[in-house]
Amino acid sequence: MNHLSEEELIVYREGEEKGRATAAAHLVECPECREELAKIEAVFAALDAMPVPDPGEGYERRVWQQLEPRLPERRGRWWAGLFEARRLVVVGAVAALILAAYLIGIQVGKKRLGGGTDVAGTEKVRERVLVVAVGEHLGKSEMVLVELANTDARRGEKLINIAAEQKRAEALVDENRLYRQTALREGDTAMASTLDELERVLVDIANSPEEVTPGQFESLQKRIEAKGILFKVRVVNQDLREREKSERPSPAQGNSGMQERKKA
Amino acid sequence: MGMREEMETAGVETSDAEAVERTLAGERDAYRVLVERHSRNVFRMAYRMTGNRQDAEEVVQEAFLRAYQKLRQFEGQANFGTWVYRIAANYGIDRLRARNAEQSRRQDPRGPHEDGMEIDPLALAKDTAPSPERLAASAQLAEKMKAALNELTPAERTAIVMRHWQGCAIEEIAAVLKSNTNATKNTVFRAVSKLRKALEPYAGGFGAARAMGSES
Repeated sequence: MNHLSEEELIVYREGEEKGRATAAAHLVECPECREELAKIEAVFAALDAMPVPDPGEGYERRVWQQLEPRLPERRGRWWAGLFEARRLVVVGAVAALILAAYLIGIQVGKKRLGGGTDVAGTEKVRERVLVVAVGEHLGKSEMVLVELANTDARRGEKLINIAAEQKRAEALVDENRLYRQTALREGDTAMASTLDELERVLVDIANSPEEVTPGQFESLQKRIEAKGILFKVRVVNQDLREREKSERPSPAQGNSGMQERKKA
Repeated sequence: MGMREEMETAGVETSDAEAVERTLAGERDAYRVLVERHSRNVFRMAYRMTGNRQDAEEVVQEAFLRAYQKLRQFEGQANFGTWVYRIAANYGIDRLRARNAEQSRRQDPRGPHEDGMEIDPLALAKDTAPSPERLAASAQLAEKMKAALNELTPAERTAIVMRHWQGCAIEEIAAVLKSNTNATKNTVFRAVSKLRKALEPYAGGFGAARAMGSES
């Protein structure tokens, strides 16, 4: 008679359905296997008998008292975060840029209604304000992503400190959100989509612990890599730079413009 | 008045999901509800994993700190208790590995023992004479079991704690061990087999162990 292996007995004890009927039939017939099963059962009974000390009355309160001072400040909803003092400077600067672009947009509208002739030029200025601002934002985001991508997770440290990248990502999330909303409002869905993907990655970095194990760090790197966001950011940023260059008036063009205006 | 006191006054039990939602909205005190609700159970698991109180308390603190930092990742998951167990198990296994590495570095042949005292597994192995008194036998068996658990690898110990005491699915254990399900099943088998072999000489005490039951 073939006896059940230790593994089969453990599986039987765990209640797994596969092969259960066969094992049960064998156990009825075989006193040796029953004895083996009893020994395994006894190991689990001994495990159950292992005492766990009572952490004492009020343990839960003690845990909280020790934990609370270690908890980082948590932002509420994103709009609450916008009003935190340390973010006001960044958000204010971004908002000012967007406002400038918006006001230029209104001016364009007025000129259109009034039949102004310099509409195209004003629109270009407006676009350039946004192009420069978003390009700068993408450049900063790219630097954070590159630093994380180029860090060697297996450099022998037990924990990898990413506090600096995390803080920068946290600040960039707010900027990114404003630019994404502006892009959506402007109907630039491609830009909005890239910014949306970037925002998810930045939030992921911002919400990571300050210190991560090499395994956790690799998993973060893989998530960044899987989305191909670094490549997308580079492409969009390059595109913006080219747009900025092409829209910047060259000295020659500027002079001819002046000459034309003089003629007029 | 804190949120917990407010709830107690109102006689309302906040669900874990609601407490998570409020914590994410910036209500720091909401997290207290989750800590106070789950910390004792996390301590039990941590103690079984680490085998000593000091490490277990450290695991509890770290698990709740990490859970707080990652709370946005929890959104939409089913059970905060299960989630925080998993975080505790992750940290617990790292701590066990670090402890084992440190012990290997020191090349100390003796295993750690509760409250900083050291026991000698060799002396335990030689001590095969069964105690005539049942209570003494149970206490002795608990000591043997503790020593046997200390001899398991961090992965084996984590697997047996999660499987036997926490009733975790193999897939959940595999996620903590960063392994696949087949390898994880084998880890559980290996752990049981090692414990069985270690306890075989003391089989006479098993009956007493069953009678003694669990304190937890």
